[in-house]
Amino acid sequence: MSLIMLFISALLVHNILLSRFLGCCPFLGVSNQLETAKGMGVAVVFVITFASIMTWLSYTFILVPLHLEYLYTLAFILIIAALVQFVEIVLKKVMPGLYKSLGIFLPLITTNCAVLGVAVINMNEKYGLIESIVNAIGSSCGFLLAIVIMAGIRERIEANTEMPAALRGLPIALITAGLMSIAFMGFNGLIK
Amino acid sequence: MQNPLKLIKNGIFSENPTFVLVLGMCPTLAVTSSAMNGIGMGLAATAVLIGSNFAISALRKLIPDEIRIPAFIVVIAGFVTVVQLLISAYAPALDKALGIFIPLIVVNCIILARAEAFAFKSGVIDSVFDGLGMGLGFTAALTFIGAIREILGNGTLFGATVLSPSFYQPALMVILAPGGFITLGILMGVMRNRKIKREKALRGSAYPEYDGWKDLDACGGCALKGLCSGGNASVVCAKSAPAPSIPAPNTKEADK
Repeated sequence: MSLIMLFISALLVHNILLSRFLGCCPFLGVSNQLETAKGMGVAVVFVITFASIMTWLSYTFILVPLHLEYLYTLAFILIIAALVQFVEIVLKKVMPGLYKSLGIFLPLITTNCAVLGVAVINMNEKYGLIESIVNAIGSSCGFLLAIVIMAGIRERIEANTEMPAALRGLPIALITAGLMSIAFMGFNGLIK
Repeated sequence: MQNPLKLIKNGIFSENPTFVLVLGMCPTLAVTSSAMNGIGMGLAATAVLIGSNFAISALRKLIPDEIRIPAFIVVIAGFVTVVQLLISAYAPALDKALGIFIPLIVVNCIILARAEAFAFKSGVIDSVFDGLGMGLGFTAALTFIGAIREILGNGTLFGATVLSPSFYQPALMVILAPGGFITLGILMGVMRNRKIKREKALRGSAYPEYDGWKDLDACGGCALKGLCSGGNASVVCAKSAPAPSIPAPNTKEADK
């Protein structure tokens, strides 16, 4: 039961984009088309889940026994960068179709703060392996949800020609994200 | 060597990382719930920027071109760890307020972008002043946003009451998550309005209709945005990367 709560909390209540502010750059940048947004979201789900497993394992079995916990920032970012490279190579070889649609986003993900953010949250909250995985899947599905909604809204407001020139682009995208964030605050009551 | 004052001014005004280059949105939105947090985050990032610009510029002849991005990340992560340990030792309250966003300075686009655009190509002293200027520009922007949100959302500035509750009921929403997005959105709109008006006055009717949507493409998520001008072979760019050249699996024909 608590795992389900953890999933819902990561997905809706503490949505990684709209309430934790992680991964805003791709959220605002890559949401220009619904298809691209979907691709980016799926790639993020993929990478965050793998990265959480890898960082949890290396933190628990390498850093803690060696008393090197303070080096976690350095270790996590290197693991994530290596993992992204690795995923890219494997996808290219094994699933060329998937690589074609996701490959372009992978380099962008290395410097996406959501990936490192989820790894650090897992560590700070002292989650076990299963909890880390559930939190990672919940958070990254939250990212997918938010970026797809944003892309859907954006396809419509981009067509609006009455909007003042100064607001077109980034300003109105930020305000839209703010309104989405207010809507997501409504989920606060789901978890006591 | 360039004039250090010019480099600092460049960072604060003409290439302000938040308002002009639009880099590092996540910390900008997340920690600006008060002016003090804005200053703390800004100074932490400044310290990392100066350190990483110094180290990368000093090592620039030793780092091979092909692995420069991983090398930058290692250097930056090292300085972030130093700053993180210093903050948690000497300013535990700030450490608590900034929380997860201190380790996340590693993936702050500004630092990687400055390493790539400036430190890797310039002398040590220039790079240090560039880091100082950019860091101060980031700090100024965060403090400005933080001050607005703190006054509107809590009626205080740096903890001192500015708007007394007797005539202003603080709008709590402004210091919560939605307020961050909306405040920054309105500020960006105001800045852009000024820029458009200035350009129009300068060029008269020759000024083409500005479309902000064109600026907001996949490059928005990239650390090297604003320097690569659409991507060329010398910088890492996902957008310009050659389309995956693997032919679709065609095993049936091969079998024949």
